[in-house]
Amino acid sequence: MANGIAAKAPASSPARRMTMQKLMRRRSTTALALALPLIVLISTLVIYPAFYAVYLSMLDRTMEHFTGLRNILFLLHFDTFWMVVKQSCLFAITAVIFKALIGFVTSHFVHNLPAKGQRKWRGMLLVPWVIPTAMSTIAWFWLFDPSYSAINWLLAKFGIESIPFLGVPGWARFSVILVNVWYGAPFFLIMYLAALKSVPDQLYEAAAIDGASWWQKVWYVTLPMMRNIIAITMLFSLIVTFANFDIVRILTYGGPVNSTHIFATWAFALGIQGNNIPMGASVSLFMLPILGVAAYFILRDINRRGSSV
Amino acid sequence: MSASAQAIGPRAAAKPSSLKRSRRWALWWSYVFLVLFAIFFLMPPVYMLIMGLKTSGEIAAMTNPWWVFHPTLENFKALLGSTQYLTFFRNSAVIAVAVVIITMLIAVPAAFSLGRMKFWGSTTLATGVFLTYLIPDSLLFIPLFKIMAWVHETTGIALLNHWWALIIIYPTLTVPFCTWIMIGYFQSIPKELDEAALIDGAGYIQMLTKIFLPVALPGIIAATIFAFTVSWSEFLYPMAFTVSTDQLVLPVGIVTTLIKGDVYNWGQIMAACLMGAAPPLIIYAFLMDYYIAGLTAGATKG
Amino acid sequence: MAQVTLRKLVKHYDETPAVRGIDLEISDKEFVVLVGPSGCGKSTTLRMIAGLEDITGGDVLIGGEVVNDVPPKDRDIAMVFQNYALYPHMSVYENMSFGLRLKKTPKDEITRRVQNAAQILDISELLERKPKQLSGGQRQRVAMGRAIVRDPKVFLFDEPLSNLDAKLRVQMRTEIKKVHQKVRTTTVYVTHDQVEAMTLADRVVVMNGGNIEQVGTPNDLYHSPSTKFVAGFIGSPAMNFLPCALDEAAGGLRVRLSDQLSFPVPQERTARYRPHLGRGRLLFGLRPENIMEQRPHLEANQNPFEVELEVTEPMGMETLVYFLVQGMEVCGRVNPNAGARDGKRIKLVADLNNMHLIDDESGKVL
Repeated sequence: MANGIAAKAPASSPARRMTMQKLMRRRSTTALALALPLIVLISTLVIYPAFYAVYLSMLDRTMEHFTGLRNILFLLHFDTFWMVVKQSCLFAITAVIFKALIGFVTSHFVHNLPAKGQRKWRGMLLVPWVIPTAMSTIAWFWLFDPSYSAINWLLAKFGIESIPFLGVPGWARFSVILVNVWYGAPFFLIMYLAALKSVPDQLYEAAAIDGASWWQKVWYVTLPMMRNIIAITMLFSLIVTFANFDIVRILTYGGPVNSTHIFATWAFALGIQGNNIPMGASVSLFMLPILGVAAYFILRDINRRGSSV
Repeated sequence: MSASAQAIGPRAAAKPSSLKRSRRWALWWSYVFLVLFAIFFLMPPVYMLIMGLKTSGEIAAMTNPWWVFHPTLENFKALLGSTQYLTFFRNSAVIAVAVVIITMLIAVPAAFSLGRMKFWGSTTLATGVFLTYLIPDSLLFIPLFKIMAWVHETTGIALLNHWWALIIIYPTLTVPFCTWIMIGYFQSIPKELDEAALIDGAGYIQMLTKIFLPVALPGIIAATIFAFTVSWSEFLYPMAFTVSTDQLVLPVGIVTTLIKGDVYNWGQIMAACLMGAAPPLIIYAFLMDYYIAGLTAGATKG
Repeated sequence: MAQVTLRKLVKHYDETPAVRGIDLEISDKEFVVLVGPSGCGKSTTLRMIAGLEDITGGDVLIGGEVVNDVPPKDRDIAMVFQNYALYPHMSVYENMSFGLRLKKTPKDEITRRVQNAAQILDISELLERKPKQLSGGQRQRVAMGRAIVRDPKVFLFDEPLSNLDAKLRVQMRTEIKKVHQKVRTTTVYVTHDQVEAMTLADRVVVMNGGNIEQVGTPNDLYHSPSTKFVAGFIGSPAMNFLPCALDEAAGGLRVRLSDQLSFPVPQERTARYRPHLGRGRLLFGLRPENIMEQRPHLEANQNPFEVELEVTEPMGMETLVYFLVQGMEVCGRVNPNAGARDGKRIKLVADLNNMHLIDDESGKVL
């Protein structure tokens, strides 16, 4: 066997290249076989439905007639739709900014603590992220409840009039954002804390020797070093917040008078509850542009990091 | 010259103590603010516990909502004796465990293939996997709803309003991210390790099972935790695809069946939420480092 | 019988050539070191012998058989990696026995072999530990143990010592040599460190830019390098190279380094150098140890000259002195008691018995 190879190989180099190719091919086949379930899952249950949604949005209510862009055009002339667009943007952008701010501040505070206590605090502060949102939102729902409101009870102790948290549009909008910030800020805290830990101490020491104040250290050392993480975490969060469903569904269900509806809850109300699947699909498709933009930036960052390695 | 030396002298002597003092102040402020944030962050779960321990009578009496005057475990007992609640719990548990298994069976080999074997198009595919992670459930639930209805019409298999159908759908939420985490972990393993294994005579499958799985165990635990918590707390899909009381999972069950009209049995609802939140909280308490590793892996690796 | 033969071995990464067709014959039981700067193709060559890289052209033969298409596990080789590549989740024993277990070797045979190897390397007490609990030197031993256990035809070492600190590196170097003397397996060893190459090798292969510059015993390479690259690469501090002119002078030849400085070429070399008389772009090469302090009795071809020192570096057993000739820095090694100090004018001696003349155009030593 071995002799056979020895005798054959030096004579014919094309034959050898064949076997080498065969080896490479077998490797690729194994690799493809291992990745196949993933490919099948993603293409049938993610990619295909995504395109199917586009098709669905072009049908009429009975789903028997193709109507082209009529659903989209209808939405563009519908006041409630524009309210939902505005509320979705307000909800996502405000929430992400506050999550990032709180995350940034708290991560610095935790980072300040002696190493021994950090674990405990970090563990405590991440709890909102761990509790399933549906369940914590129910607790918030009751904290905001007009007659039993535990928050209003506290405010009354300080002589502040009770607030209709979920009853009037302005406060309802504030409340859904507050709950989203409460739920998402810990995630930012963890990400930023990890980023802070990755900044080498020598940089701060060098900055201190160069005479930098605390603010200057944050501005010239921390922020530039964390820039990537800050950006990517915000983009991620923007996508997730934009597509949020649970909080609004449980807290206000879009009310009062649709003032807190965002794309996902409105699409649900129209599509599943209202039994107008094409219209629901059309609404949810309006999430695509912002998702696309965020995805583009995330991808660019990943590719850049990938090529720099 | 000597004057400046004198001027420096006392200041240099005073410096260490002022440094120490400013550091102590910084620490003190950190604690003050962290306590405030902790109160904010822990308010809802603590409130759940307080209310869960109250009787309906105490709640209706509108006494101090932040204190339990007559603590009772009645609410918890009632829930544990309620077949309905136990059904929700069972549905959630079976789904979560099944989804974890399916996810790992799909994600780990795929990550090994994409991260380590490097075939034609593997980088593109890895990026594609990541992109699908960014497609939210709120974009997919309507087409999936229609597809499930279509499957029923053509094959007679009723997917809608059956809790087990969620086992097929949930992996779309977990697999992309878990694959992404595992690619990161696999890629961080030095390439010499597979070369050593290759020389030792291991094939690709042996390399995966005997070398990569044990070495990447922390990543696998992190991915498992992620898959479990995501399936445990998913709300939109079960909300859209299941209706009958016996087909609901915990989050939806609590929201739709316990909250009935105007008669809220708040003590029981809060107890239900608390027990529903327990599995992820327990996992988190014991495996916090893996949990956090999984969280941060998405952005820092890859 | 385990000689290794490379025949016109070529490796291209995409279009970039890494190894440009090398021929090498390594005989049974020989310890051969491939040495060269990073990117010279030495590691690629080793990895082609191991079967970890596919071959673009040419042949690799192990024990007389072409193994180009034989997968690594069937080549009967063992490899020690730079970062050890120990399986972190396995104990030392499991690490060493992994290959044998995959081959379904009987249990008592595995135990016997592992214990034997552990004894050779003096790691018998470490068998139950995990790699994490070992020091760098111990990990290195385990990595070698893993190689020895397999009792292969060929040992391949890929920069095995470069992750160790200086002191440990010297110690492990001796260790590797001892092990080779015990097991007598054909060994191919890759390093960028010429001292390691010189001390370990039966024969050294100097590589540069994907080609073999020279193959020879350490002594050969040191005393008669065949190219400027080898002359400059082997030896530390490196050989001094100075542009020079070759002139006819009374009764012989002279190398002229500057208007003030010229030396007579040793008589026995005149015949060898005469054809290059008057040629441009010649380099005069002399190792630092051949530039020493003035001494009372000069031997033949030892020529005194005077210079002003730029910098001196006392090393303890000797002092390195640096001075300029035509703007080029030249290094010499003098006795620490010779009174060399920065900026001092001093008399030195150039020993031309060990001089080299190099054609700078072709890089060949003449």
